[in-house]
Amino acid sequence: MSKLTLSKALNEGLRRALEADPKVMIMGEDVGKLGGVFRVTDGLQKDFGEHRVVDTPLAESGIIGTAIGLALRGYRPVCEIQFDGFVFPATDQIISQLAKMRYRSRGKISLPVVIRIPCGGGIGAVEHHSESPEAYFTHAAGLRVVACADAADAYSMIQLAIASDDPVIFFEPKRRYWDKGEVDTTAPLDSAQPLDRARVVLAGTDVTLLSYGPLVRTCVEAAMAVARERSVEVIDLRSLSPLDMATIGESVRRTGRCVVAHEAPVYSGLGAEIAARVTEACFYHLEAPVLRVGGFATPYPPSRLEEHYLPDLDRILDGVDRAFSY
Amino acid sequence: MTETGLIQLLTPEGERVDNPAYPLDEAADIKGMYRDMVLVRRIDTEAIALQRHGELGLWASLLGQEAAQIGSGRALTPKDMAFPSYREHGVAWCRGLDPLRLLELFRGVSNGSWDPEEHKFHLYTIVIGDQTLHATGYAMGIQRDAAEDEAVIVYFGDGATSQGDVSEAFAWASVFNAPVVFFCQNNQWAISAPQDRQSRVPLYQRASGFGFPGVRVDGNDVLACHAVTRRALQAAREGQGPTLIEAYTYRMGAHTTTDDPTRYRLASDVEVWRLRDPIERVRSYLARSGQADSTFFAAIDAEANELGERIREGCRTLPDPAPLELFDHVYAGGSAILDDERERYAAYLESFEQTDTALEEAGL
Ligand SMILES: Cc1ncc(C[n+]2csc(CCOP(=O)(O)OP(=O)(O)O)c2C)c(N)n1
Ligand SMILES: [Mg+2]
Repeated sequence: MSKLTLSKALNEGLRRALEADPKVMIMGEDVGKLGGVFRVTDGLQKDFGEHRVVDTPLAESGIIGTAIGLALRGYRPVCEIQFDGFVFPATDQIISQLAKMRYRSRGKISLPVVIRIPCGGGIGAVEHHSESPEAYFTHAAGLRVVACADAADAYSMIQLAIASDDPVIFFEPKRRYWDKGEVDTTAPLDSAQPLDRARVVLAGTDVTLLSYGPLVRTCVEAAMAVARERSVEVIDLRSLSPLDMATIGESVRRTGRCVVAHEAPVYSGLGAEIAARVTEACFYHLEAPVLRVGGFATPYPPSRLEEHYLPDLDRILDGVDRAFSY
Repeated sequence: MTETGLIQLLTPEGERVDNPAYPLDEAADIKGMYRDMVLVRRIDTEAIALQRHGELGLWASLLGQEAAQIGSGRALTPKDMAFPSYREHGVAWCRGLDPLRLLELFRGVSNGSWDPEEHKFHLYTIVIGDQTLHATGYAMGIQRDAAEDEAVIVYFGDGATSQGDVSEAFAWASVFNAPVVFFCQNNQWAISAPQDRQSRVPLYQRASGFGFPGVRVDGNDVLACHAVTRRALQAAREGQGPTLIEAYTYRMGAHTTTDDPTRYRLASDVEVWRLRDPIERVRSYLARSGQADSTFFAAIDAEANELGERIREGCRTLPDPAPLELFDHVYAGGSAILDDERERYAAYLESFEQTDTALEEAGL
């Protein structure tokens, strides 16, 4: 066990994947010499060379389009999109090509491309550096969409994503990059929790609080803050698409209440899909409607307003309280 | 022209050189350009310091690019429209924008509070390359309005030339013969990526494949940048279509205040460019040719000090937006969903105030 930041845990996971499979490559803007703007790929080019860790031209569509070509040729590219707000130039390649290739080819073609995206707000950044674009991608069948929340999970999840034969959109909570956690870098990968499973982070009996990425920690803090009055079960979804409805349903049927929290706008966000599914699957067990806490139906605001936009501990607890007011 | 094809009117040592294709505009206000460059450098220095003191979240420095921006910015007429990326503080200055409007972006109190039409200066665009298409479309509008005294200029970097949108803008501007000048500041870096990661040919040569002229100008020579841009804008207004100008310069500072360039470039490379400083050469020229004396330079320095003070003070007192402003201006006509969210959030904020008051009254 060693104590690593989330950023360093990803770095170690990438290193291990590069060591394990000569077909694994890393590509993106500033990932080589600089080691990425968040240093997630620090030192990898030095150790694995410029053919395997590639500083690309400044073009996101190019990054994903060529990654598709490399994957057709048997490589397993791990692409970095520098910030959430800069994935959009690549969406044509992701949605029209990457997501659909297996289906179109009746299963003959696999595109094991991983797209790492630092996501979310809370770092006081300028425009386009604090977005939560996951719902655009969960809407595209054929993509696996996952989000890591802490160092230990990040370490294994990135390796599982690379090993997956499906394309994976891999969200990294940028404001948690410097959070430290115990990581067992010696554990074999097959002992890790599968990529498509949710994880109960904190067991509870009164209400199920679902989240992912940067807000998992906030949810745990919220649950602990009210632990004397309420027993809150916190679940880290990990896989945003497909959803692990088995774990979610089991929990909600026990607690009878469900709140979903994410930074992305509530309107047409992932919480809407979860709320609808939980309502269908657990209708007779529910004591209250499934409630959502998240960003507003506005663009991400200038950073001096982000504390109002982002759900914090109080707003999450407000959502939890509302679940008890029916 | 120098041996490298670089158009230059003033050498790094401050010697005037003639270029028959670009005769020096007799009316060119060289002292005014000097003043502008000194003042925008001061804005930059102050902004970096303000960031260090936590007053700004970030700053993208223009250090080293003053001549490219002031030379081209001063070539614009009041009717010309400019589309910046995010580093064009010098062009903003030429368009009469209060520097505090820029600081607001980096402080996080606004995403763009000026009226682009009033200043003929569009909002900053952070997503690399997007604005080149906007500029082209704007220029197509000028064609349709038969506004023959207007042209458009769009700023972007060497890194941006790899974006698909930029190639698309070149294609569109070319086939529609749009009155737009593509002004690429090749500062040789896109964060850590050197210019050869974007192109194997000098960037100005890209234009020929699209069917319009491209020129490379010494981006640290304010006179040359001015002359070349003036001519390209004039050609655009006269119906001769787009020009690509590659202003060959150097990013003297970090990419932004969060960047650490020691990880990817040598200090000695930066030193070479220090000798080509855009401001020093004008100063030598003005002094040597007797156009300015120490009184002039001292007056500009004093003006820079005043500006610096105004910026420091102004930045610190920029008000934060009110929380409920979050919900404004999403739609022209508003929306019931937003109204509902605003109302609920107002009530939520209110509930804290009530709790605070209650606690106070209870003496807690
Ligand atoms: C579409 C997009 N991808 C990535 C980024 C992150 N980014 C910001 S600036 C930059 C480099 C830009 O280089 P260049 O075009 O040369 O302009 P310069 O910063 O040198 O002025 C990058 C990659 C971005 N803003 N937009
Ligand atoms: Mg550049």
